[in-house]
Amino acid sequence: MNSPELQAIYVMWMRQLKRFMRARSRLIANIIQPFFFLAFLGLGLRPIKLPGLITGMSYLDFLAPGMIAMSIIFASMFAGVSIIWDRQFGFLKEILVAPVSRLSIVIGRTFGGATVSIIQGFIILAVSILFGVKINLMGLIPGLFLMLLIAFFAVGFGIALASRMEDPHAFSLIMNLVMMPATFLSTAFFPLESTTSWLRIMIYMNPLTYIVDGLRGCLTNMFSISPWIDLTVTVFLCAATMSIGTYLFNKSEA
Amino acid sequence: MAIIEARGLTKRFDGLMAVDHIDLDVEEGEIFGFLGPNGAGKTTTIKMLTTLLKPSEGEAKVCGYDVVKQPDLVRRSIGVVFQEPALDDQLTGRENLDFHARLYGLNRREREERIEEVLELVGLADRADELVKNYSGGMRRRLEIARGFIHHPRILFLDEPTLGLDVQTRRAIWNYIMKLNKKEGITIFLTTHYLEEADKLSDRVAIIDNGKILAVDSPRKLKDMIGSDVITLRCSEPNRLKNILESISWVRDVKHHGEELSIYVEIGETKIPKIIKIAEENGIRISSITLREPTLEDVYLNFTGKTIREEAKPTIRRPPPRFRRWR
Repeated sequence: MNSPELQAIYVMWMRQLKRFMRARSRLIANIIQPFFFLAFLGLGLRPIKLPGLITGMSYLDFLAPGMIAMSIIFASMFAGVSIIWDRQFGFLKEILVAPVSRLSIVIGRTFGGATVSIIQGFIILAVSILFGVKINLMGLIPGLFLMLLIAFFAVGFGIALASRMEDPHAFSLIMNLVMMPATFLSTAFFPLESTTSWLRIMIYMNPLTYIVDGLRGCLTNMFSISPWIDLTVTVFLCAATMSIGTYLFNKSEA
Repeated sequence: MAIIEARGLTKRFDGLMAVDHIDLDVEEGEIFGFLGPNGAGKTTTIKMLTTLLKPSEGEAKVCGYDVVKQPDLVRRSIGVVFQEPALDDQLTGRENLDFHARLYGLNRREREERIEEVLELVGLADRADELVKNYSGGMRRRLEIARGFIHHPRILFLDEPTLGLDVQTRRAIWNYIMKLNKKEGITIFLTTHYLEEADKLSDRVAIIDNGKILAVDSPRKLKDMIGSDVITLRCSEPNRLKNILESISWVRDVKHHGEELSIYVEIGETKIPKIIKIAEENGIRISSITLREPTLEDVYLNFTGKTIREEAKPTIRRPPPRFRRWR
């Protein structure tokens, strides 16, 4: 750990972890929404019969992976976008004037954001298991791999946004006007099989669909789309947002 | 060889000349003060010298490295304390220092030693493990200064180091800066719009206004340039008296600013009666008159035709940067 670039990645990662441990209110704010969906929507609608669900699968089983994906996406996006707050509070200058490359800064922040958001994803996973959701334990390993990709994708997206946005308030607008509807249309709440025509087209066009479907497949064995398509789309998304995010952050000024 | 060397350094923002072809030579080991009102181009100059902004024209070398072509080497050899606070207030003081030391590639032993040392120097050793959000404004500044030189930079850039601090804290910060300059032999480049700060701290001062450097010298020499004494007076017809006085041989210069006239002379105490007599002969009523030694304020007035306080006025209504974030 003596190369300055590795040190930079490490400190950026460590900083996010420390901040995460200290900001308990943020942790609660981040997991409360998926928790409520699971607890109220999931338990309330548990007996409902939906097309596409595999045998023995309840609505709660169906909903849980979607909520895990949602909590990872939101937390990672927040980690990426927090560059805006660093800029606002001046800390970004301290980072940018240091003799390390911006790529290391982006990598460090991405790892930090991914670690923090996956911890939150696992909290939701644990809650789901407590509620009686049947998780395919064999799928946890590919599931974790997928979670990492999901986190990278969302951190990259957040960094790209933060590099173009001056105003932190724009972030909540994007969350409410883009991310919430995209989550609703991602099969996180209802299966692809229960929709028809235009709604189904929108779901197919929504990149989050493949992410949610992939994670659900790993954790519960229910794939509505082919796992390989899910994986390909997720890897592609991840590569796209990470490179756009790095590019834009490179160009941005303190 | 100068440790900072700029030739024709220029920055334009959408056609506005923020920094206009300035030349700079800062010697190793000195405290160099960059004095000018808000918006004079001080921060823009620092940002160019610290590689955060690309110059539109001209070139600058810091520690012998070109700021555009060798930004990494420049960054490695400098420390910067920005005008606006740049700390992570969710971390403790020590963690902020550790973060910085790692970014600059200090190994574990160096880090531990150095963090203790700098904490001691700025008097924060006993508060180092508290979260920065519980620090006062003065403590934050001290922590930032400590952080700025933790990695043994050859130059420390300080952009308005005492902005928004009370008088006592300001003096304490000045002491730390002087101690640092003496003890560690670091060259210090500081910007300020406080005349007293530039006067007390700097070995040499550059006066900057509207992006141009108007004068560079030691505070003493700058003051000597305008004469040994300044007579300041208030009277009924300042413009007419100014015209009259300007034609007198022993008057070196007269400046009119606000309601006051500043008259630059030698051996001022003998000139006061003469001035009063001249005013009476011309039917001008003098309401107050004082004699003092010239300050940097007079130097500034002499070069720009206005006082730095007049300049600063319009910006006072805006909340100072370190509080703006709370809105």
